[in-house]
Amino acid sequence: MDTDLGLWVIPLAILGGAIRVSTPFLFVSLGEALTERSGRINLGLEGTLVFGAMSGYALAYLTGSPWLGVLAAALCGALFGLLHGVICSLPRVNDIAVGIAMMILGLGLAFYFGKPFVQPVAPDLPAISFGGWSDMPQIRAALEVNVLFLIGAVLAVGLWWLLRATRIGLIIRVVGDSTDAARAMGLRPAMIRTCTTAVGGAFAGVGGAYLSLYYPGSWNEGISSGQGLMAVALVIFARWNPLACFGAALLFGGAGALGPTLQSVGISEGYYLFFAAPYVLTLGVLIATSSPTRAMTGAPAELSITK
Amino acid sequence: MRASSPPLAATPVQPVTSLAVVARRAEAVVLPLGALLVGFAVFSLFLLVQGKSPTEFFALVYRGGFGTGFSWQNTLSRTAPLLLAALCVALPARLGLVVIGGEGAIVLGGVGAGFAGVVLSGAPAAVALPLMLGFAMAIGALWIGAVGALRHFRGVNETIASLLMAYIAIALMNHLVEGPLRDPASLNKPSTAPLDDALRVGNLPGWDVHWGLAFGVICCVLAWVLIDKTTWGFAARIAGGNVRAAQVQGLPVGKLILGFTALGGAFAGMAGFFEVAAVHGSANASLAGGYGYTGILIAFLARHNPLAIIPVAILLAGFEASSGLVQRRMDLPDATVLVLQGFVFMAILISETLYGRFKIFAPERWGTP
Repeated sequence: MDTDLGLWVIPLAILGGAIRVSTPFLFVSLGEALTERSGRINLGLEGTLVFGAMSGYALAYLTGSPWLGVLAAALCGALFGLLHGVICSLPRVNDIAVGIAMMILGLGLAFYFGKPFVQPVAPDLPAISFGGWSDMPQIRAALEVNVLFLIGAVLAVGLWWLLRATRIGLIIRVVGDSTDAARAMGLRPAMIRTCTTAVGGAFAGVGGAYLSLYYPGSWNEGISSGQGLMAVALVIFARWNPLACFGAALLFGGAGALGPTLQSVGISEGYYLFFAAPYVLTLGVLIATSSPTRAMTGAPAELSITK
Repeated sequence: MRASSPPLAATPVQPVTSLAVVARRAEAVVLPLGALLVGFAVFSLFLLVQGKSPTEFFALVYRGGFGTGFSWQNTLSRTAPLLLAALCVALPARLGLVVIGGEGAIVLGGVGAGFAGVVLSGAPAAVALPLMLGFAMAIGALWIGAVGALRHFRGVNETIASLLMAYIAIALMNHLVEGPLRDPASLNKPSTAPLDDALRVGNLPGWDVHWGLAFGVICCVLAWVLIDKTTWGFAARIAGGNVRAAQVQGLPVGKLILGFTALGGAFAGMAGFFEVAAVHGSANASLAGGYGYTGILIAFLARHNPLAIIPVAILLAGFEASSGLVQRRMDLPDATVLVLQGFVFMAILISETLYGRFKIFAPERWGTP
């Protein structure tokens, strides 16, 4: 059977890889989209992602339940987001710089507390197989979809609806577009931004738990190499729209799966260059979607990176 | 009377008493120092909660970083790349740019120096070393200058772009030292071919510390002169304060952005050169040692003042130099230094909100009405 597929193995593996690799991108970018829609940017989600991976793995190992691990990761992420949000509410504090500091602090704390958990094996999150109709192992492997990916897809639609059609969504958008208008309406911009940053942090924590509890499915210090940061760039590409975040996450997941896929079919030449594909793609997308003269369409007007 | 006097002299400038100047400068010293102490205090609490002794920690840091001649040598050798990495953050920061990808320029500068060293093998050191240094600095300048160019011509956020480019640089280095530039004899740790002994940079006369330290200090002084004493530096500070005002004044904002980012990158590339020519002897994965990231914290602690970078870099180098001793004696993970850096970084950023809040630092209180 294997030989019949020929080179089709590669796109199939990339599709499967895209679904597997995209989930952390999806969660981080949804969280960041929510935060940025309220006019704040949290660059520290890379640290939150890694701390979520560590805390989720540790709790899953200690309790035997991967879902408790996901919950712990979400709680830790929310705490990190809350800290970022509260600090950035102080006058004259730069949210980008605080994000960099949170990145260092999150990575440091994750490595510090995560050291005892590098060796033990924690239970994995369950996956649902959508490939039962096929008897080709490659297709079955590609359509092995984790529950968190499906939850993420539902969250993307839910968040899109929340921002577009609900009172809460309107409040977040007003705060993101004009602090003055929000104040005039009697809203408290700093508090609302702190809340969205906390929720965004919780999302990033869940993304981290996916890394350590499903794919690659173990905890070590190299578990994320910039996924949290790429997801922040991905939000700009997705124009702060949760539905577009879903598509962009799949695209980035596919790019991330390129290196391992080519390696698995025996193409090892330039492995490190393929490994760099997601970063190059992110940078290319940033260059293509930025503009020196006009504000980006769809950008929240209070966002520091687009002002 | 008004019409007869030149416009500038129309309003006599109030004499500023020296006390007022001292008060304003004191704020810029006391607040970062206070933030540093608060960061240490939070870290001490962090250790106490886990039943570890902060006193023992700081005593070990002193011993491992500053206690003996050997520890000073270790600290000062690590200071050299940190000085240059911090300049790579501080120079663009004067224009209001947050460039955090200096690690990429260090790594590629190091690979460039290693490659040039292999090509120039056998050439006299007086010719080869300047060429290697120049090549490393040119690569660094191009790499970070590209971040500035993307910012200026395309409006790409420089923070995200520079960090992405650092990841790309590390992947590129891995590709080069494991592929085209690999010395077949390097089995366990893929490296470029080892440099000739003649092309190794030695120690400062009478010191056990390589020349990188002297170059780093000189670069800090030069950067301070550039920022504080030249019109370019003055223009950059205006552009950093308000880009629109600078453009209205006709200042060449684009050239300033390109120049300052490229210069910062050249300094980071120089750090890569010294890591290869003075420390490792060939280019390999050890280049990505995190100096670029520690440099971010140093620049922020020094409030992007190149002269202040020197003592701050020595302090943080001492912490890194002592980390092995601290790990062994106190059974702490190697990430301990990273946690400490995180707390200090948070404290220094929070302290930004306190400027102008303390009446004791207000110049009016000390002289001028």
